Amino acid sequence: MAEAQPIVPPLAIPQEREGARPFVQVLHDWIVTVDHKRLGIMYFSYGVLALVVGGIEASIMRAQLAFANNNLVSPEVFNRLFTMHGTTMIFFAAMPIVFGIANYLTPLMIGARDMAFPRLNAWGFWMTAFGGIILYFSFVGGFGLYGAGSAPDVGWFAYAPLTSPAFSVGHSTDYWTIGLLLSGFGSIATGLNIMTTVLCMRGPGMKLSRMPMLTWLNTVMAFLVLLAIGPLTAAQLMLLVDRYLGGHFFDTQAGGSAVIWMHFFWIFGHPEVYILVLPAFGVLSEVIPVFSRKPIFGYSIMVAATVAIGFISLSVWAHHMFTVGMTSYANAFFVASTAAIAVPTGIKIFNWIGTMWGGKITFKTPMLFSVAGVAQMLIAGLTGIMLSAAPFDWQLGNSYFVIAHFHYVIVGVIVFGAFSAAYYWYPKVTGRMFNETLGKTHFWLFLIGFHMTFDFMHIPGILGMPRRIYTYEASRGWETWNLIVTIGVIFQALGVLVWVFNFISSDFKGKLAGNDPWDAWTLEWSTTSPPPDYNFAELPVVRSRRPLWDLKHPEDPDWKYE
Amino acid sequence: MGAWLELCSRLSTVLGPMSRSTNCESQNSTLYRLARRTALLLPALSVVYAPLMSASSWGPSSTPSIFKPDSTPALDIHHLSLFVMSMCLAIFLVVFSLIVYCIVKFRKKPGDDDHEPPQIYGSNQVELAWTVIPILIVVVLFLAAARVIHAVEDAQFPPNTIEVTATGHQFWWEFQYPAYSITTSSGRQVLTTANELHVPVSDKDHPTPTHIILLSADTDHSFWVPQLAGKIDLIPNRRNEMWIDPHDVGHYVGQCAQYCGTQHAKMLLNVFVDTPEDFQKWVQQQKQPAVVSDQVAAGRKVFETNACMNCHTITGTIANGRFGPDLTHLMSRTTIASGVAPNTQDNLTLWIKNPDALKPGCLMPAMQLEDKDVTALVAYLMSLQ
Repeated sequence: MAEAQPIVPPLAIPQEREGARPFVQVLHDWIVTVDHKRLGIMYFSYGVLALVVGGIEASIMRAQLAFANNNLVSPEVFNRLFTMHGTTMIFFAAMPIVFGIANYLTPLMIGARDMAFPRLNAWGFWMTAFGGIILYFSFVGGFGLYGAGSAPDVGWFAYAPLTSPAFSVGHSTDYWTIGLLLSGFGSIATGLNIMTTVLCMRGPGMKLSRMPMLTWLNTVMAFLVLLAIGPLTAAQLMLLVDRYLGGHFFDTQAGGSAVIWMHFFWIFGHPEVYILVLPAFGVLSEVIPVFSRKPIFGYSIMVAATVAIGFISLSVWAHHMFTVGMTSYANAFFVASTAAIAVPTGIKIFNWIGTMWGGKITFKTPMLFSVAGVAQMLIAGLTGIMLSAAPFDWQLGNSYFVIAHFHYVIVGVIVFGAFSAAYYWYPKVTGRMFNETLGKTHFWLFLIGFHMTFDFMHIPGILGMPRRIYTYEASRGWETWNLIVTIGVIFQALGVLVWVFNFISSDFKGKLAGNDPWDAWTLEWSTTSPPPDYNFAELPVVRSRRPLWDLKHPEDPDWKYE
Repeated sequence: MGAWLELCSRLSTVLGPMSRSTNCESQNSTLYRLARRTALLLPALSVVYAPLMSASSWGPSSTPSIFKPDSTPALDIHHLSLFVMSMCLAIFLVVFSLIVYCIVKFRKKPGDDDHEPPQIYGSNQVELAWTVIPILIVVVLFLAAARVIHAVEDAQFPPNTIEVTATGHQFWWEFQYPAYSITTSSGRQVLTTANELHVPVSDKDHPTPTHIILLSADTDHSFWVPQLAGKIDLIPNRRNEMWIDPHDVGHYVGQCAQYCGTQHAKMLLNVFVDTPEDFQKWVQQQKQPAVVSDQVAAGRKVFETNACMNCHTITGTIANGRFGPDLTHLMSRTTIASGVAPNTQDNLTLWIKNPDALKPGCLMPAMQLEDKDVTALVAYLMSLQ
């Protein structure tokens, strides 16, 4: 049955399909599981569900903004939509997706049986899951005693003093605060788990210097999670003290500081961007070599650049605050640190190109998403350079240009990376191949939609359109651009539908994938698809960065050159 | 050759003295000298943006594009932005071409055998090159940006600078001119208006910048009129400042750029740049107390016996509320509700009857007045020239 030639013979027969067992029992197994693979799938699926919900919220906003002076939704509803969209996408779509990828793959890639703390792993997932449920319960209970039907409307970065009791009546803001507080605890647990797993659980011969790029990037991501979530948690607790115990941290009417909240939030918020994008970089760094048939170009400098990004990302937060009236020296410092982060990011882009250079590239669906991710990272990085020049940011900050810029990172790189990962590891996770034609359809639909939406979104920003406005004047020359942006959403939505359909139907009808359908080189491809509970029956001793290359090419192994 | 010299001279306008139409000079710092020296290394890039620079002032436009600057801070930012964008464009063209080249050149061809391509693990020289070159670019970018930060933020002002205090409210703007006051029987009051800022034009011979102190009465707001300057936030408990020196007479538009609550979208900014004579005329007119006329006494009575006066000030009367816009010279303004609707009798009537019809979620309550009271009230308001 299996078309691909397995290098390592199958160690276990693919497990029997679970539909044969009673549904309640299957459900129970999934809920009580502490298996990193199941938790990885649950994290990823939870993220995809949130991606769809957040996408629907975004679509309603785009419909409202398609025309000037449109009245599809009220300003109150619009403000709730963008608050929920931002919060959902960052905390309940992107974070679970990257955690899902890290959870599933870290032990498999380093030759471990499970994560270091399997129960903590489950606890982390469920904290995140409940955090999201509490956030969404605000739609029902948000106004508390004042009536139902009110989600938070303070924006995803919830600037003080809009969150103070004077301006945010009822409990909607509390659902936001407590939802993020809980999911933050879950994230810290998962970050700790990933880090410990990488440091303590590597298999025989798997030195740090031989780890796959994705594992390296996930390690730096885990460090950032530990360092960055803390300030957010602290700020949320302070906000709760303000709201319920009469504190005045952010209460400007009693001498508190609105700017302190911004500092707390962005000390979390900017590393957060790298928490999300580093795993996407990791996916690109796994997919591009395999489909170019070459090892990653400049492994050491790639790792060094990752660590550099990790460190520098902790010193750039106030570039979100160029317009709050900092001194010229403070502004200049954050220009320097922000622009500096372009150097290691640039190195990564160059090294991906170096990896493709001289290769024999096949453009299967995962590779299409990864190459598009590289090109889009280039553009996102360059608009980032523009925004890093503080005076330019005085114009572009809080405009639609910024929205376009960070969606280029979050959709153009992180979501494209997530799609690439989903296609690349789908055969490993399910044991079956996806439909390549549908995969390519998804890619082109999403690519067209992405560029219609986010390329043209830069323009109204340049023409003076601020973010978070529920409608705009007809005379400003923004209508055409907004209409194009909205039409792009349709293509993106169609792409995601094709994707979901493809993955569900292929899980039933897809042809069996075998252990190693991509002829890849990292350890996860040496075990069965899907891997057994214990992951590896027998571990090959790792002697280089590409253990399976060494097995497949005993005459010319990598370890001779490292 | 002539064209080349022209380009270089344009470059020197970009990277040379940026604050040229005011004496907001601040060019003796080390940062400035460093930036200027570095900038001289980059004449080649001027080719890209020289054509874009031909118009040094654009005049007011209904589309508030940041690429139609008409005031020194906006022009400084514009020049920096062209420089940064051309740098980014150059990088984009080089790197994107490399990506496209890879995709086209190194794709697996149908006739290819199944042998793996040569396995290349890296190259120290190449990696060093693409580390060092970006570092140099970052240094240049930093110096160019630092120069404009310094020129805009640390500017010095001539004695004839107009001082304005802008206070952000949910969801409107209050403008006060501390140098001017209205004298009434009950004392002196600082000249106060709302939503429409009047400033004098500033030209090379008579630089008259306007220095704006930014405060907030409630939540965060941000003052953004793209053609005149970059945005700066108005934050409660904090004093920010910015300055503009519009080069052309006319009407500039902008709006609040920091989310401030339900009606953030309809917190529009209108800046009217007047000739020095017109500006003085406007000031003189605004310095008068409110018109008192017996013909509209009925409306005035409605105003002063309802909650209107708790929130609004009409100088010279007992109404001295500060929660809403000052209405002393309401009819000198072209719009109501922070730029939402033209200031006409019909709109005033609608606004008083049902503010949510024009601006849902605004903080002005519907007063539930009888129709004849509304008519009288509108007549009174329309007398406030």
